[in-house]
Amino acid sequence: MDFHRIKVYVNGKAYEREVESRRTLADFLRMDLSLTGTHLGCEHGVCGACTVLLNGSSARACLTLAVQADQCEITTIEGLAHADGTLSVLQQAFQECHGLQCGFCTPGMLTTLTELLNENLSPTESQVREAITGNLCRCTGYQAIVEAALLAAQKLRDQRV
Amino acid sequence: MNNHQEDSLLPHARPNQFIGSRMQRTEDHLLLQGLGKYVDDIPLTNVLYSAFVRSPHGHAKILSIDISKASQLPGVHKIYLHKDLPESAQTRLPILVPNPSIKHLMMQEVLVSKEVCCVGDAVAFVVADNRYIAEDACNLIDVEYEILPVVADCLKALDANAPSFFSGIPNNLAAQLNVHFGEVDSGFSQATHVVQEVFWNNRGSAHPMETRGYAAEYHQASGQLTVWSSGQTPHLEKKNLIDILKWDPEFIRIIHHDVGGGFGPKAIFYPEEAMVAIAAHDLLRPVKWIEDRREHFYTATQERDQWWDISIALDANAKILAMKIDMTHDNGAYLPWGIITPYIGVTTTPGPYVIPAIDVNLKVVYTNKNATSPVRGAGRPQAVFAMERILDKAARQLGIDRAEIRRRNFIQPEQMPYNNGFIYRDGKPMVYDSGDYPQCQALALEKIAYDDFPARQAAALKEGRYLGIGIANFVEGTGLGPFEGATVRVQQTGRITILTSASSQGQGHKTTFMQICADQLQVPLAMIDVITADTNAISMGIGTFASRVTVNAGNSVFLASQKVAEKIKGLAAFLMQTRVDNIQLLDGYAITIEDSSKKKSFADLARVSQGMPGFSFPEGVTNGLESTEYFSPAQSTYCNGTAAVELELDRDTCQINILKYVMTHDSGNLINPLLVDGQVQGSIAHGIGNSTLEDMQYDDQAQPITTNFGEYLLPMATDVPKVQMYHLFSPSPLNPLGVKGAGEGGTIPAAAAIVAAIEDAISDTGIFLTQAPMTPPRLFEILKKAGAYPTSTS
Repeated sequence: MDFHRIKVYVNGKAYEREVESRRTLADFLRMDLSLTGTHLGCEHGVCGACTVLLNGSSARACLTLAVQADQCEITTIEGLAHADGTLSVLQQAFQECHGLQCGFCTPGMLTTLTELLNENLSPTESQVREAITGNLCRCTGYQAIVEAALLAAQKLRDQRV
Repeated sequence: MNNHQEDSLLPHARPNQFIGSRMQRTEDHLLLQGLGKYVDDIPLTNVLYSAFVRSPHGHAKILSIDISKASQLPGVHKIYLHKDLPESAQTRLPILVPNPSIKHLMMQEVLVSKEVCCVGDAVAFVVADNRYIAEDACNLIDVEYEILPVVADCLKALDANAPSFFSGIPNNLAAQLNVHFGEVDSGFSQATHVVQEVFWNNRGSAHPMETRGYAAEYHQASGQLTVWSSGQTPHLEKKNLIDILKWDPEFIRIIHHDVGGGFGPKAIFYPEEAMVAIAAHDLLRPVKWIEDRREHFYTATQERDQWWDISIALDANAKILAMKIDMTHDNGAYLPWGIITPYIGVTTTPGPYVIPAIDVNLKVVYTNKNATSPVRGAGRPQAVFAMERILDKAARQLGIDRAEIRRRNFIQPEQMPYNNGFIYRDGKPMVYDSGDYPQCQALALEKIAYDDFPARQAAALKEGRYLGIGIANFVEGTGLGPFEGATVRVQQTGRITILTSASSQGQGHKTTFMQICADQLQVPLAMIDVITADTNAISMGIGTFASRVTVNAGNSVFLASQKVAEKIKGLAAFLMQTRVDNIQLLDGYAITIEDSSKKKSFADLARVSQGMPGFSFPEGVTNGLESTEYFSPAQSTYCNGTAAVELELDRDTCQINILKYVMTHDSGNLINPLLVDGQVQGSIAHGIGNSTLEDMQYDDQAQPITTNFGEYLLPMATDVPKVQMYHLFSPSPLNPLGVKGAGEGGTIPAAAAIVAAIEDAISDTGIFLTQAPMTPPRLFEILKKAGAYPTSTS
């Protein structure tokens, strides 16, 4: 077995760990750091439940090796709420719009849409839908998720003014 | 509905503040922060991980299994083969729903002893330090097989020379059933028109985003075995484990925390759950197994593979006289849920129509494919597909409008309660309890502007665009018994706890139960805690399937809460020396109506109700502010709905674009319309998958060939439109809340309506579509065969 020492910054906190080279980033987050909010739905890069932000860009934690994340900043669902524990605008909008049912796809939906809203605060409905085509949800039929993203965008725009 | 005391004098008392409100969910706060506890998230000290060696063949004899190399691998704790199981676990699993029509019963073994009957059958189990090592070890286990002839096609499976799917069973007929009512032959002999067709639906699969998973821990101090599962039926799991492990029922506990979707297949008891429990007890360490997605394609039950040969007899006015149905259900290799799925299917066929006579011949056939059991809709989507499509064909043959032929055959509201003639899956006559079917369709047609569609279609055609419209009606038996229970308890802290076995897979049960309870006790939701799906929380339970939880558990919460309210009032009246009808409940206090400064808190009352050691209660006071109710519905309650779909078809790519999806839906009173809307929209998404995308394919060796999400397509955000949803409200007279199930209605008519709309978009070709899913490749082949494309002249 082949181990490497890596240092990552997850949700603003630094972690140094020895990891096996084949360990996925998802397993590293879930098992080594006990951040189980990142979910594994397919482990072949399609369902998107495991999406995290790697240096601000969405990445599949199931297809990324932990060693590839060395020296990177990672944001997981656990890092989306404000420091005082209140929900982010997007999280709040998910609650208001009923944008989650079982909640299993939610981590990937939130990280992917966080990335979208970081890049574009005025997305159209079809841009929102396009953005989450890499995130499968079996419960909601997506509509409430799309509405939540549009509501969050509106609220964030209002905050900026 | 009005459960509230009318005689309230307190100005701020709240009649039904919560029931019927679009409340945000109390579940969401933790889930949105990644703090849910799905089975793979439960922190277990010293947990071991595991993996299964599975059969790569559809049918084969195991000649030998060599674990010598794998056993040597560092980090491997134990490898189990069939012979290593406790004796009680060396039999086949018990059937969950037996039926006398089952001729030969075939159930899974925990680990296969001699003969695999399906790709994915488990033959060895490895427990190791982590999953990487467990899977390495699986790769080092050599299994030698003798490949046996395979049954891959259910229609050929009953041929005289067909091989047997399992050498212990002489032929592949699992069950045969004839059900009928009325004078079928005279119906057909009097008919002016007879329309016949054969329909097929693909099996598909449920695919909750969380796969199956189990963790087990044996607590040496207490002798208790705890199993955490991502399931739907905690008490059924317990029942099976007691049998397989020969375990003392008082020392086993099944818990479902958060479950990432279910949709049917997680209601089944699976070999893996028994295996994990056996290993945890054997190794005296927690053991966990989490299914991967490919295993889910292999082993989580699937559903809809059925062939429906259906004939319908009509009079000159297009009124239905009789029907004949010959249905063959491709069951796969095991019968975990008996013949429930196909039986629900055939009895769903009459739907909202008056059908004087039906004769059904049902054959349930074993094949060497993954087992089937209910998936969201549970046999009904196929029945509705067959019924609605044959009506479309009849309308075409008779030259009348598709909506009109339905109108002429509807059961009228004044005919309610209406006995459709069948005995339902609940063992009771199928008596529709309430509903207005003509109104339901009329509303859908109005909202989709059905009458104007020909003009829209013609205008689009001028631009070279092909539009189509389709409609489908359904009636769904929901809220199936026998019961579900709930305990409502006022704690000494003053908080209220609801305990029930009804497990949630994302439906929002906790919020729903809180709303029901809060109105009875006049407390805010924040004063209530809910424990679901814990076999230690309540002694009996069934589980979550068949759109049954709000009907069964919801009414139990309602009744238990009312009893607790009475107890609180009785005790408070006694202590404050006033009449019971002088007591009003509000925000955790029992207050006298005459003088609102005279009050007792729920906390104080709960303490009094706990008694003092040795002291007798005064007359009229009983112990505990709690009540347990097991609501047991007399029969199923029947919800109904209409789907109306307008879409555009690109004939070159055979892709559809749904322009408008209208759903009118009647599930009686709604506890939380926000959650019901979510259920309907979500179940329609599932139906859209069944209509055009989800195609679970096997080759002629029963080898599954779509085993990942690149090969098997789930609907994406760009495939599912915003559904225009309209609720009708025909309360069920069968339960105090007047509720019906709502979780599956969207799925049930979707394929029938969408495929009808696709067919309408190619109506110039005269093609009649008989299959679902109508994937682009399948539709392209049909159009090509019909000469719809110009042939190359080169």
